[in-house]
Amino acid sequence: MSVMITVENLAKTYVLHTQGGIEIAVFQDQSLEVAAGECVTLHGPSGAGKSTLLRCLYGNCRPSAGRIQVRHGGDRVEMTDADPQVILDLRKLSLGYVSQFLRAIPRISALDVVAEPLRGLAMPIQEARQRAGALLARLHIPERLWSLAPATFSGGEQQRVNIARGFAAKHPILLLDEPTASLDAANRRAVIELILEAKAEQRAIVGVFHDDEVREAVSTRLHLLKG
Amino acid sequence: MTPLLQVEGLSHYYGERAACLDISFDLAPGEVLGIVGESGSGKTSLLNCLSARLRPSAGRILYRSASGEILDVYGLSEAKRRWLARTEWGVVQQNPRDGLRMTVSAGANVGERLMAIGARHYGEIRASAESWLERVEIDRNRIDDLPLTFSGGMLQRLQIARNLISHPRLVFMDEPTGGLDVSVQARLLDLLQRLVTDLGLAAVIVTHDLAVARLLAHRLMVMRQGRVVETGLTDQLLDDPHHPYTQLLVSSVLHP
Repeated sequence: MSVMITVENLAKTYVLHTQGGIEIAVFQDQSLEVAAGECVTLHGPSGAGKSTLLRCLYGNCRPSAGRIQVRHGGDRVEMTDADPQVILDLRKLSLGYVSQFLRAIPRISALDVVAEPLRGLAMPIQEARQRAGALLARLHIPERLWSLAPATFSGGEQQRVNIARGFAAKHPILLLDEPTASLDAANRRAVIELILEAKAEQRAIVGVFHDDEVREAVSTRLHLLKG
Repeated sequence: MTPLLQVEGLSHYYGERAACLDISFDLAPGEVLGIVGESGSGKTSLLNCLSARLRPSAGRILYRSASGEILDVYGLSEAKRRWLARTEWGVVQQNPRDGLRMTVSAGANVGERLMAIGARHYGEIRASAESWLERVEIDRNRIDDLPLTFSGGMLQRLQIARNLISHPRLVFMDEPTGGLDVSVQARLLDLLQRLVTDLGLAAVIVTHDLAVARLLAHRLMVMRQGRVVETGLTDQLLDDPHHPYTQLLVSSVLHP
């Protein structure tokens, strides 16, 4: 069983200098190991720091203490003091992330939003678009929308574009922040299938899943955050 | 990876007043660095020093040329420095009128750098200029028109084409979307992002607009009163700013 992520004694405190230096201790002393083929659910009440922990794993948020190591090709990379270049390389090759909301870029079509991570891996544009289209179809985005920029899509449609983008490059590690929050039953099932496939392909998944049906269907185990 | 640009202890003074103080950083090939901060923070002075247009009061800038030679930018002769700026570098100014020659045609503006690096075949230069006009979404029928007849957004795109036609390795941009209305900005940003990715350009971009920085830059440097107060991966710095001044900047805009 190969370990893909190791988290040791991680803590995060936000210091809000613009609000009188208030300190908000989000979580403390979190340790966690995730192996290939596992799906670990970060579980706990709202405000317990689930999204913050996930963002730390993506290098988007800097922990105040502790360390994170992730598998990157044959190496184990220390994320907590990594150079920006190293984190960008990790994201290109090893770490996929589905955020709660799509950050739409004006004028870029849904198809290209999804194909972009593949283009980053130097896949030819036609092939990248083909794979992007297949994912959009699985997530029930009608083909007539593929050439449009997602800024005008509904919340659920944007989220599905976001999910397709996160799954496109088949990263060995996948971080999912409430991917099914604004989806209907049919699309929830489509996402469950994608996650189960990723597990079967021995990819490691860490996620926040509020929906009981989704959580029970995909989780190998829970990691509890108390708040 | 060997850096493309190495900046060591760079300072610039206007009389007694320091515009930028003791700035050091490396820029990797293909890396896009954003310099953010409010007006008066020294961003533009720093960019002018970096792009060989303002001799710094102290410090040095080393550039690794296409041939692998390490050049001390301000140790070069004036002629060599100008040659470098015209061939391996590009400069996109905030006001395109400063970066263009307004009294010659669009095609001549775009073709000029090709001639500077030795292209002599008129037909080839014109064909290349046409294809670059198209790339920056200017109708190729406008090739013989004077820039005076172009809109602000078109002028900025023309300036970009003028700089990129000779395939520079490093581009300096000062508020490339400043002064343009929002829809024109979006179009230009999309264009810049595609060009930077497709051409593997390294770039230093000065902007006060954090949304522009997020879209274009891999890494950010936050400046205040001439000093760098925080530096890091773009989304990390914008989503989890640590320095009080960065927190103030980020919390002062609606959707960075």
